[in-house]
Amino acid sequence: PAMAGKLGLGRTALPEEIAAWDGDISPDGTGLPVGSGDAMDGEEIFADQCAACHGDFAEGIDNWPKLAGGADTLDHEDPLKTVGSYWPHLSTAYDYIKRSMPYGNAGTLSDDEVYAIVAYILYSNDLIDDDFVLSNETFFDVEMPNADGFIIDDRAETEYAQWSGEPCMENCKEGEVKVTMRAMVLDVTPEEEGASEA
Amino acid sequence: MSNDTSRRSFLTKGLAAGAAATVATAAKAATPDPLITEVQPWAQSFGDGVDATPYGLPTAHEGDVIRRNVEWLTADTVSSINFTPIHALDGTITPQGCAFERHHSGAIDLKKEDYRLMINGLVDNPLVFSYADLERFPRQNHVYFCECAANTGMEWAGAQLNGAQFTHGMIHNMEYTGVPLRTLLEEAGLDTAGDLKDKWVFVEGADASSNGRSIPMAKALDDCLIAFKANGEALRKEHGYPVRLVVPGWEGNMWVKWIRRIEVMDGPVESREETSKYTDTLEDGTSRKWTWEMDAKSVVTSPSPQSPITHGKGPLVVSGLAWSGRGAITRVDVSKDGGMTWETARLAKPGEKMALTRFYLDTEWDGSEMMLQSRAMDETGYVQPTKAQLREVRGLNSIYHNNCIQTWLVRANGEAENVEVS
Repeated sequence: PAMAGKLGLGRTALPEEIAAWDGDISPDGTGLPVGSGDAMDGEEIFADQCAACHGDFAEGIDNWPKLAGGADTLDHEDPLKTVGSYWPHLSTAYDYIKRSMPYGNAGTLSDDEVYAIVAYILYSNDLIDDDFVLSNETFFDVEMPNADGFIIDDRAETEYAQWSGEPCMENCKEGEVKVTMRAMVLDVTPEEEGASEA
Repeated sequence: MSNDTSRRSFLTKGLAAGAAATVATAAKAATPDPLITEVQPWAQSFGDGVDATPYGLPTAHEGDVIRRNVEWLTADTVSSINFTPIHALDGTITPQGCAFERHHSGAIDLKKEDYRLMINGLVDNPLVFSYADLERFPRQNHVYFCECAANTGMEWAGAQLNGAQFTHGMIHNMEYTGVPLRTLLEEAGLDTAGDLKDKWVFVEGADASSNGRSIPMAKALDDCLIAFKANGEALRKEHGYPVRLVVPGWEGNMWVKWIRRIEVMDGPVESREETSKYTDTLEDGTSRKWTWEMDAKSVVTSPSPQSPITHGKGPLVVSGLAWSGRGAITRVDVSKDGGMTWETARLAKPGEKMALTRFYLDTEWDGSEMMLQSRAMDETGYVQPTKAQLREVRGLNSIYHNNCIQTWLVRANGEAENVEVS
């Protein structure tokens, strides 16, 4: 259809309003605030703000996310995906912590505190030395181990053609069909409270 | 009287003569049914008045048709998932009250009066809309499924959860009323953005998690909706009240709830929800990113582990759902023998693009064990794969996008179980 005419609804967003809500940081660093912090400062802030869930060494407690470890496990049976082992861009760590952490008290950290926490997470992943100062200027001195570990969705090339066309309707399997795995054996399904008896 | 009697006996004889010997005849009761022969209280006194229930809930007799969660899946319940009781539903429209929820920092309470939507970035005029503003734009209505990228994710390594609700219930299907995202982008003006082919929009919610995601401009201008009504009424709080994004056919994570900001950008943000999460790790350790579309998928909802056969042999309705993020469902096949032989099921209505489709196989059950499967096809010609086919390409660690064929082992006693077969 042709471009619709403008209806004149809404109003122009003010610079202060855009600044308040537009905090996203791109992989190239666009959006990074001026500031800095190092792992030693970060350790203290982390202990105070983060360690209750993520552990003193960012190793994770109980079911809470592990932020460190897992190097070179991505092709293992049970990969451990952390900021160090998996995340492609450091910008994501800054962006996400600044906007959405601490869990339950999001958006309360200062720019410098976030730099320090990110530095501590990097240090916990053995990616920087303890005297490294992370700032908007040194941000890209850090190499993310899995930066090249991602490919753009390739299902169109690897799956669609071979799984298309007229499917088999009769005698579709070799030999007898056998049950090879049963959910009942694991027995991890919740009991259905309030379920009516059949 | 005598005329009546003779007429009745004539009719009975006629029916018996006309009926083929192979047709089952209805059973005879040995004694009269007191529910018929004795006057019941509901046939004698009053039910509820019309002032008793200004906004109703289902009858208590349907108490098992509820959302359920699986505690061990997540660290806590505010960044978690629950499941639609698809084993007990029919048709295609999901009742909002039992439609699944997935939050990353809980279901927030946001009044229409407090709602603001900002459009900024590479636009001619960055704008702020109130809720009332949105209701003044031309509206559209569309039915779409919203399927969590992780639906069936627990089943990658094997048969794990015993029920269609738990294996396939991270899904709902609603009729949305809303404004095309395109309309709002045009209101802000896209001349500044230059060539739109390489542009993106970043969308985020008003909640603490923000759930920010990057969407290519082509999709944003195609069929995304800024929706404020679902199944005729306002969105439920847990589904994004007052306004959510609808991204037809694409993974549920992108359907940003409580949407507060849309930014036109030169590139993707590569936010947490499209790097750490919603990326799919392959066997060699590399991971796919931007796996947006939900591929063709189906599941038999009944019989299933939570919906066993209780009526014994004879007529049986096998019922289920099929859907595809790449277009309309054109066909669903059902197998009773674990995929050795297939019958084409009946679609209750012709498939609609990016919406749930109901299928039925009206069949006879001889009381023997069945390995029930369903297999969907969509208008692109794509055929829903087996778990083995998926694993061959992807390995076991993808977490997301498991659209494999599901097998229910139905035993001679009518009970069903989630299994894998050779």
